[in-house]
Amino acid sequence: MSDPKKHQDIDKETGVETTGHEWDGIKELNNPLPRWWLWTFYLCIVWGVGYMIAYPAWPLINGATAGVLGYSTRGEVAAEIDRYKEQNADLTSALAEVELASLGDDEALNRFAVAAGGAVFRTNCSQCHGSGAAGAKGYPNLLDDDWLWGGTIEDIAYTVNHGIRNETDLDAHWSQMPAFGDVLEKEEISQVVHYVMSLSSTEHDATLATAGAVIFDEQCSSCHGVNAEGDTSMGAPNLGDAIWLYGGDEATLTETVTYSRFGVMPAWGPRLTPSDVNAVAAYVHQLGGGE
Amino acid sequence: MTTPQPPKLFAPQEPIFPRRVSGFFRTLKWWIMAVTLGIYYLTPWIRWDRGPALPDQAVLIDMAHRRFYFFWIEIWPHEFYFVAGLLIMAGLGLFLFTSALGRVWCGYACPQTVWTDLFILVERWIEGDRNARVRLWKAGWNFRKWRMRITKWAVWLLIAVATGGAWVFYFTDAPTLARDLIAGTAHPVAYSTIAVLTATTFVFGGFMREQICIYMCPWPRIQGAMMDDDTLTVAYRDWRGEPRAKKRLEGTGDCIDCMACVNVCPMGIDIREGQQMECITCALCIDACDDVMTKIGKPRGLIDYLALADEPEERAGKPPKPVWKHVLRTRTVLYTTLWSLIGFGLVFALFIRADIDLTVEPVRNPQYIVMSDGSVRNTYTLRLRNKHGEPRDFEISLTSDAALQLSLEGVDTNVMTVAPDSTTQARVYVISAPQDAAATMGTTALRLWVEDVESGERAHRDTVFNGKDQ
Repeated sequence: MSDPKKHQDIDKETGVETTGHEWDGIKELNNPLPRWWLWTFYLCIVWGVGYMIAYPAWPLINGATAGVLGYSTRGEVAAEIDRYKEQNADLTSALAEVELASLGDDEALNRFAVAAGGAVFRTNCSQCHGSGAAGAKGYPNLLDDDWLWGGTIEDIAYTVNHGIRNETDLDAHWSQMPAFGDVLEKEEISQVVHYVMSLSSTEHDATLATAGAVIFDEQCSSCHGVNAEGDTSMGAPNLGDAIWLYGGDEATLTETVTYSRFGVMPAWGPRLTPSDVNAVAAYVHQLGGGE
Repeated sequence: MTTPQPPKLFAPQEPIFPRRVSGFFRTLKWWIMAVTLGIYYLTPWIRWDRGPALPDQAVLIDMAHRRFYFFWIEIWPHEFYFVAGLLIMAGLGLFLFTSALGRVWCGYACPQTVWTDLFILVERWIEGDRNARVRLWKAGWNFRKWRMRITKWAVWLLIAVATGGAWVFYFTDAPTLARDLIAGTAHPVAYSTIAVLTATTFVFGGFMREQICIYMCPWPRIQGAMMDDDTLTVAYRDWRGEPRAKKRLEGTGDCIDCMACVNVCPMGIDIREGQQMECITCALCIDACDDVMTKIGKPRGLIDYLALADEPEERAGKPPKPVWKHVLRTRTVLYTTLWSLIGFGLVFALFIRADIDLTVEPVRNPQYIVMSDGSVRNTYTLRLRNKHGEPRDFEISLTSDAALQLSLEGVDTNVMTVAPDSTTQARVYVISAPQDAAATMGTTALRLWVEDVESGERAHRDTVFNGKDQ
C-alpha cells in the first residue's frame, strides 16, 4: 500500500471522505463515529456474556439455565411473602390468641384482622357466599342483620371453625327440619304455608292461615318459636322477618315444608390457621350485620 | 486499478482546550452558572413549616409516602397531573426559546453545559490557560503532569460527589440524611445513587463534555424543527468577514483569521463554517471576536446573534430588521399562547383544589340488601383525605328528597376522624324504611355531605340510592 491519502475518495459536495461503497452512483459518506462508541459496544457484549452466566438466560427443553447467582422472580416473590409474614408475625400471633369480643378495642389489630380476613374470605368463602358476601339462594347473605346461628363475632368464629351439618366435625352446628311431606297432608302444608306467609305480611289466604296457625303451634313452634321468631341456638330461622334463604313465595315455602332443607358448610378450623379464622370472623362481623 | 485504502469508521476523540475569554456573554454565563448551581445545591436545605406531622423541607419528593412538597404546595399521587402539566410547560417553553433564540437552553442552562463550564474553570485554574494545557497534554508523564492531573481530578471528584450528594437530599430530610451519610448509617440506595451520579458527573463533565452533546443527546437533532430563518442564533457575518486574511490588504474582509473564535469554543468547531449541529450557541465566540474587533478598531458583531433572514439586507448594506420582528411570529406566539394557557390552567386548578377531598363509591356487589325488618340498605365506600398537618373530624350527613337514614360502620356517631396527611376509608350505610318510596323505587338521588366539625367547611358528592325495583 502506498500513500493512503492518494486512494481516498472525497465527495466533492461536502468534502467528506466516502466509504467507497457505491450504489447506482450514490456514494456513502464516511462520518466516523467516536471510538468510545465502539468501546461501549464491546462493553455491552462483555456485559451480556456476564449476564448470561449470572442470571437465567438460555431456554432449554424444561425451563432455562439457572445462572450462577441463583436468581428467580418466583424466589423473589417467595422472599417478599416471607418478609411480610415476618413483619406481621406479632400481629398474627396476637390475632390467634385474642379474646374476640374485645378485638374492637385494639384498633391496629382490628384493622389487620379485617384486611387479612377479607383476603381469607375472597379465597375460601366467596365461592358460596359471593365476592360481595351477598350470598345466593341457599347460601346466606352475610351483609344483613339476620343470623341463623348467631351474629356475634364469637358465634361467627364458631360457625367458621366447625361448619354446619358436615360429617367431618362432631362440633358442627347440626339441626334438621323434618320433611313434613311425610307427616302432614298436602292441605295442612298449604295451611301452614299461608300462616307463615301471613307472619311476614305477604299476601295470603286468611282462612288457610288461621287453620295453619294451629298446625304451626303443634308442629313448628318447638324449633321456630311460638311467635316464629326463630332460635339461633338450633339454627332455626326467624319466619317473621323479610329475609328468606330459599324464598318466601308460596311454591318455595311449600317445597321447603314438604321436603325440608339441608344446607351444609364445611368446617374451616382444620383448613385455616386460628388467626385466619379469627380474621375472617372479624371481617364478616364488620360487613354490616354483626351483633 | 488499486483498491482504495479502507476508510477508518471510528475516530478518536479530538482534545479541546477552550481558551479563557471575557465579555458580556461570559459574564452572563458566570451569573447563570452561579444561580443554577446555587438553586441546585441549596434548595434541599430550605425549611418550610407545615405542622408537626409533616416534613419541614421546602422542596421534597417523598417517594416512600407518595408526596411531593413544593413550598406551600403539596401534591398527592392522584394530583400528578400538576407535575405532568409542569413538564408540558417545560417542553413548550423549550420550544418557544429555541424558535426565538436558538439553542439557548444548550448554551446557557443545560446541566451538561453548566457543569462542563465549571470543570473547565477548575482545569484552567490548576493547569493554566489554553496554551499551557496544550503543552501539558503533549508533555510526557512527569511528576509535574501527574501532580496537576491528580489535583484536577481530585477537585472534579469533590464537585462530582457534591453533585450526586445534593441530588439525594431532594428525596428525604436533608439534615438527617447528611448526618446518616457521614455516620455511615444511611440507606444503601442513598450511597449507590451518590456513587452513580458522582461517576456520571465526573466522566461527563471532565472527559465526555462535547461528546455528550454531539453523540448522546437527542435534543440537538430535534430542535432543528423549531428553528427557521428568523431564529436569532450565533452566526458569522461572512459577507463582512470574507475574504479573511491575516494581513490587512485592499479588498479583504474584517476577519483577520486570528482563530480566537475557534480557540474559545468548548465544542471545538469553527463558527465561520456556518450553522452546525455541534454548536450549542454558548456565545463565547461572540465575546472573543468582539474583543479582537475592538483591538483592531473595527465595529463589534462580526460574530453575533443574528437571524439568517437578515442576510440579504445586511449584504446590501441595509440595517437588519428589529429584533422584535424576528421574535414575534406565528410560531412563537403559538408556543407562548399554549404555554400560558396550560400555565393559567394549572394555577387555576391549584386554587380551586378542594380543601376537603373526598370520593364516594356506591357498592354494587350487591346493589342493595334487604334487612330483616324489610328496610332496604345501600352501602357506599367513602374516602376522605386530610391534607392538613393535624387530625380532623368530619361529620357525614345526607340530603335527599326521600326519607333516608345514614349510619357509619363501626361507630355510633356519624363523625369520622382522619389522621393527619392520610386517607381514611369508611363504609356508609343508607337505609330506607320498607314502606318508603326509595325502598321500592328504582333509583333515588341523594347527596352525601362531609363537614369539618371544627371549621365548618363542607363538601358533597352526589350519588344514587338503589331500591328493590331494579
